[in-house]
Amino acid sequence: MSADEFERVYEVAGKDFTNAGRVSTGIKDILKGMGIPPAIVRRVAIASYEAEMNVVMYSYGGTLTLKVSPADVTLTVADRGPGIQDIGLAMQEGYSTATQEMREMGFGAGMGLPNIKRNADDFVITSEVGAGTTLKIQVHLK
Amino acid sequence: MRMAGHLYHALRFEAAHCTGCMSCARICPTQAIRVHRGHAVMLEDRCIDCGECFKACQKGAVVSLTDTIADLSKFVYKVAVPSPALYTEFDPEIAPGVILQALKLCGFDDAVSMSASCGSTTVATELFFAEYRGQYPLISSFCPAVVRLIQIKYPDLVEQLMPILSPREVAAKEIKAQKVQETGLKPEAIAVVYITPCPAKMVAIASHPGTEASYFDSAVSIRDIFQILASAVARVRANGEAPAETESSKGLSWAYLGGVPRMVPAENSLSVAGMTNVIRILDDIEKGRLRGYAFVECHGCPEGCVSGALTVENPYVARARAIRLSQSLGEGPATERPKVEALYAQGFYHVKARPGAQPLKPLDSDISRAIAKMKERDLILGLLPGIDCGACGAPSCEAFAEDVVLRHAEESSCVFIRQRQVTELVERLSELVGFQSQEERGKGGRK
Repeated sequence: MSADEFERVYEVAGKDFTNAGRVSTGIKDILKGMGIPPAIVRRVAIASYEAEMNVVMYSYGGTLTLKVSPADVTLTVADRGPGIQDIGLAMQEGYSTATQEMREMGFGAGMGLPNIKRNADDFVITSEVGAGTTLKIQVHLK
Repeated sequence: MRMAGHLYHALRFEAAHCTGCMSCARICPTQAIRVHRGHAVMLEDRCIDCGECFKACQKGAVVSLTDTIADLSKFVYKVAVPSPALYTEFDPEIAPGVILQALKLCGFDDAVSMSASCGSTTVATELFFAEYRGQYPLISSFCPAVVRLIQIKYPDLVEQLMPILSPREVAAKEIKAQKVQETGLKPEAIAVVYITPCPAKMVAIASHPGTEASYFDSAVSIRDIFQILASAVARVRANGEAPAETESSKGLSWAYLGGVPRMVPAENSLSVAGMTNVIRILDDIEKGRLRGYAFVECHGCPEGCVSGALTVENPYVARARAIRLSQSLGEGPATERPKVEALYAQGFYHVKARPGAQPLKPLDSDISRAIAKMKERDLILGLLPGIDCGACGAPSCEAFAEDVVLRHAEESSCVFIRQRQVTELVERLSELVGFQSQEERGKGGRK
């Protein structure tokens, strides 16, 4: 971590619906404490929440790393899990592999990844089937 | 009433009665209280006047600064407009009309029910929903503590606050106009006085920066007026004259949890009450979780206004009475829809300006320095026990770490840090003493 950069790594447990969402709440509090403009806090909040929920729902667990520099807010999300077979398909609005159970909890509208992309200035997704998925989400402050 | 450079608050801490017990600081939803030198101190920019500290204090050290009837002497004509919560302070046998009658024996020239305005506000709210095309969910704006909470802690959500006046403001606006016509007096000679169940509405009436001025001139708390009102009620009942039926179920619906969505036919609404719960819901809205809901009814108090900090009755009894009353009361005269529609089109029911975002001061206004301070906060937090004991006077270790970074508190105010410092000092001293006695022993050996 460079001198001008804040970094925190959060562990996200797979299938732990009781604590799901806490990481993004913590991230919001930190950004507000730093005086990041409200509209940007909201974009990061939405993206981090969707990313956190993806880890909870579809993986065995992973980490979410928050980095804040004077130039941007970066979220790096790395999970251990089945990975995504067809990223192009997963990025389509309305496409979802959510189970009936997840849908009953109000998830699985197929908006997660598209929503993350919409709220990010830069978005990179890589995935290896059988290993896991990594997202890099960046929102510029300037 | 408002001092320059100060935010006006309707609550004050009386040092003479405060024992520094931390009950208020622990319960405060915005962490706006610190105990300093044994007494509670308010952080003005964080206080939202929800009244939780007032409810929590067992020592009588938190006092509300609502007006008294004597404060109203400068007005020629005084009209009381009670919050429907007032009716639930009395036995359900006592009709609201009796209570209005009794208010006139307490120094008011007239007492007027809000229920007609509740009807028209409901229609105006429906009309707004029909034409709204912005972000969902819309958040109710009738609870001033919730509005203030959003302004300071969820500033990005101010856009989603319902921009329609609350029923009490519509009532004050209508009643003032009506009384000017009736009495021929100038508007400033007439006081429209809210009988308030909570300090937040007192503050909303005195008005905060970033918030539109109220149509009320003053507020008297239910708690302050209760005793004289109760004896006036007894006198009115002894007279035995049947009161005019003034109230309808519409009036009551806005005052307790779950009442508003029963009236406003928003397709999908959610009701939440109690500051901790409201905070959780706002947090979810901010994360984009509740976009499927059209409307969120937010009450700062656990059962809605009927459980306001300045009420007298047990909140659950009050809510039960509200439900019973609204079932026994009729619908009241039908709201004249065309009239409301015409006024709506003129903007009569709209707030002049939405409450503005007033985010809490960050660790630093410069982003690089704020980042450095957030790292420092994390370092300090690592030294703290994380048990939120409150002995330092801050409600949590996190709040304390922030206070230290902002130089509002000294690290050594933490008893755990101080103990560690003392232990280290003792160790160093004993090393020094031990070294000396060894030296002495050494000398002795040579003898």
